[in-house]
Amino acid sequence: MTPREIEALLKERFGDRIPESRLDGLCSWSLVDPAAILEVARFVHDDEKLKMDHLELLGGVDYKDRIEVVYVVNSLTYHHRYTLKCRLPRDNPRIRTVESVWKVANWHEREAYDMFGIIFEGHSDLRRILCPDDWEGYPLRKDYTFPGKYHDMPV
Amino acid sequence: MNLDYSGDIMTLNMGPQHPSMHGVLRLELKTDGEVVVEAIPHIGYLHRCFEKHAENIEYPGVVPFTDRMDYVAAMNMELGYVLAVEKLMGIQVNDRVRYIRIIMAELNRIASHLVAAGTYGLDLGSWTPFLHCFRDREKILDFFEETCGARLLYNYNWIGGLMFDLPEGLERRIIEFLDYFEPLVEDLNRLLSYNYIFIKRTASVGIIPPEVAVSYGITGPNLRGSGIKFDVRRNEPYLGYEEFDFEVPVGKGEFGPVGSCYDRYMVRIWEVLQSCRIIRQAIAKLPPGDVHATIPKRVKPPVGEVYMRTECPRGELGYYIVSDGTSKPYRVKVKSPCFTVMSGFREYSRGAMIADIVAIVGSVDIVLVELDR
Repeated sequence: MTPREIEALLKERFGDRIPESRLDGLCSWSLVDPAAILEVARFVHDDEKLKMDHLELLGGVDYKDRIEVVYVVNSLTYHHRYTLKCRLPRDNPRIRTVESVWKVANWHEREAYDMFGIIFEGHSDLRRILCPDDWEGYPLRKDYTFPGKYHDMPV
Repeated sequence: MNLDYSGDIMTLNMGPQHPSMHGVLRLELKTDGEVVVEAIPHIGYLHRCFEKHAENIEYPGVVPFTDRMDYVAAMNMELGYVLAVEKLMGIQVNDRVRYIRIIMAELNRIASHLVAAGTYGLDLGSWTPFLHCFRDREKILDFFEETCGARLLYNYNWIGGLMFDLPEGLERRIIEFLDYFEPLVEDLNRLLSYNYIFIKRTASVGIIPPEVAVSYGITGPNLRGSGIKFDVRRNEPYLGYEEFDFEVPVGKGEFGPVGSCYDRYMVRIWEVLQSCRIIRQAIAKLPPGDVHATIPKRVKPPVGEVYMRTECPRGELGYYIVSDGTSKPYRVKVKSPCFTVMSGFREYSRGAMIADIVAIVGSVDIVLVELDR
């Protein structure tokens, strides 16, 4: 399916919970209402015409006024790819986990938590993954300042 | 699998400094005697936040950093990045650049798979194949050295072109190398792949069923080892891979269930031969041209975002780049193939013996530097 058809299908199914889309050749995406992400994820995974069984990438982007969570999904059956995005408030970013849809989301969400401080509600094991457990702050946020020391060791 | 775990569970740390962990990986093993009830991977020992670095340097300066992610297949790492930026800027490179990139990427794939096969043999106690593999990989590294001066970290693919054209006569020497090398794959098979002990150690160990592989987002040779025919070069071609005639090998389960360590290993061996085929075709078609013709004076992509994926030797490598119109990327997110394959480790290593953990880690062919980024 082309991105246009996927967008139309999502729009038809979820209506105003898909407030915005942009379709271009580079990376076609649709904005999803954060409260509906689990439902949308399950739909794109299970739907017979979409069958997006592969979660390619899950990551955050800090836009200074908001944090976006980006889900790139593709289908191993039909070889089409699409991007879903959720916009979260920067001071308290919370979203439901999609671990139950794609198991790989477990680690991807841990990484997004580690780097941006996004809380994935319902996650089975939300710990830091790349940084040490007692690391302070979220490194990929734009206002992050590098600590001079970690346990009295210069970094 | 239903195993009756009786007795005490003992925790054993394998790594971070363990010769068979392929880098600094720590596995927390919950063992009951020789059986591993649960293997929990702990990563991050090599984390240096490449993605943060990338936000603070200009676009061309990121290329050497991508080299340092997967140092065994650096050509493929930088290829993914430059293709993503070119897509964002709308640069069309000429045919010579395209074909040289394919030749280099495929040579690098052969080199990387030789390391994978050689060290896998080493993990399982066979020393000679390792020496054979490294002897031939050396010759490929010589080609790279001749072309761009570096043997491991190349910075050869530039945004919009290449660092240098091929040196004179290199095409002929690459063909000579392929003529010499292709029969040697059969030697390696006789030495290692069809070795009775090797088969016994791998053919019914570490089985990744197809549905598990898909759910855990496993890609590349590991996915194809589970019998799923998916290759980005074939299914979403970039660089004009659709013009080439090659096959996508999948695991057949010759000596055990499909998706075993043996299948993943064999897929790599078959892929080496397919890469040889691609290189021969690319050299036969190599047109003249200027490799610097489309290099932009200033790399300043328009506002926007791009996702580009390529097939690197370890699986699908994806770059998600957000540009805010300045000369530095606003965000670079890397989809690392080793990260996803390790995320499922807990599942497909359950119930294995301690000695088999070594076989499983070796068979998924991870590079920890890329995993931790």
